[in-house]
Amino acid sequence: MRISVDIQKSYCCGGREFHLNAQFAVSGNRVVLFGPSGSGKTLTLRALAGLLRPDTGSIRVDGREFFDQEAGVFVPPRDRRIGYVFQDYALFPHLTVRQNVAFGLSPLWGRLSPEAANRVQEMLNLFGIANLADQRPARISGGQRQRVALARALANEPAALLLDEPFSALDIPLRQKVRAELAGILARLDIPLVMVTHDPADVAFFGGDVVRYGEGRVLDMHSAEVMRRSMVKVA
Amino acid sequence: MLDANALPPLLLTLRVATLATALAAVPAVFLARLAQMRDFPGRDLVDAVLTLPMVLPPTVLGYYIIVVLGRRGIIGSYLWDTFGVSIMFTWEGAVVAASVVAFPLVYRSARAAFEGVDENLENAARTLGASELAIFFRVSFPLALRGIVAGVMLALARAMGEFGATLMVAGNLPGKTQTLSLAVYSATQAGNDALANELVLLISLACVALLVIVAKIIKPKA
Repeated sequence: MRISVDIQKSYCCGGREFHLNAQFAVSGNRVVLFGPSGSGKTLTLRALAGLLRPDTGSIRVDGREFFDQEAGVFVPPRDRRIGYVFQDYALFPHLTVRQNVAFGLSPLWGRLSPEAANRVQEMLNLFGIANLADQRPARISGGQRQRVALARALANEPAALLLDEPFSALDIPLRQKVRAELAGILARLDIPLVMVTHDPADVAFFGGDVVRYGEGRVLDMHSAEVMRRSMVKVA
Repeated sequence: MLDANALPPLLLTLRVATLATALAAVPAVFLARLAQMRDFPGRDLVDAVLTLPMVLPPTVLGYYIIVVLGRRGIIGSYLWDTFGVSIMFTWEGAVVAASVVAFPLVYRSARAAFEGVDENLENAARTLGASELAIFFRVSFPLALRGIVAGVMLALARAMGEFGATLMVAGNLPGKTQTLSLAVYSATQAGNDALANELVLLISLACVALLVIVAKIIKPKA
């Protein structure tokens, strides 16, 4: 199994209870977490990245143990080497595009090593954002921001990539174009990819296994092909 | 023309206020970050104690400083017995008094500024392999800087106008510990209205200038 998740977490505060109980295991390298807002998809993604510590359970990716409550294992996010593309992209507003992409490769003090600088330039070229290198994120378009976020996440060669609603911040006409772009980039990656979405169109383009969420639980799991056919039927 | 008697208090005030602000700002920023990040038991109490100098009468603060740092104080007696030094009735004492009074202004502004930083940006840095120290210096601090600088400016203005605690700790020794606000008091008591006018004008101008700078810093860039 490339990705196996079995986690539970309870939130009780604010007068409203929420129980996350997510279990799935996949052997392919693409998974879509699909379901309505508030069903626990993003919480699962955050747990995969280590930004949230579940109450119980375990998380394994490509044979690496990230979390196991019984064994007392919790790898902090900085040691997991998992790329995360946030829903709003979370680009650092005070840094230029180049500095954003270089962030994961930069030492605390001092300059980038020549190899790291080359790597950053390579990523800027690969994602077609070299001409924006000295711009701040506020000055570039939504589609460009997404590419910067991807380049930043992939610059330090992560062991897996997580995408949280990667198209929801974009205008609808732009989505189709960006989906095609992203498909091209992702096709070249051989790392586990996990995408969260509530949009059936995203599921169709992404492929892989589809894990359906509802009210904090995993409802069922299908291959994308089956999902697509069932959606056509509904339509 | 500027009265020759106005110059020493002005220079002393600038020196005391700058040093006091610097002395208060560094711990205030780090404690603000700590209080914002970690939810430890008694956090609200610590928060209240760190904000206390903003609401307590300055004379009470002066009294506390004497209790702690006076020649017979908790730490002060050790300093006096071991090294023969004391901050009482020295300009360094004025610095301590002003920094205690200025501290909460930096602390509160910094805390609000850190709370205003989008948590997702810090999380993004975490997933990119940054340590908590790196996140502080490369993400949180630069993004909170505007609010912190505004707080530092307010603290500087407050330190320049410090009166009560300074009087209790450092006294009112002309040429030694007499800052502008103390000099105004003395000039008025002595009936020297010309000098008082000048001093009042000086300190008012300095504070207006600082407040204008704060407003410029706080206002978001167009």
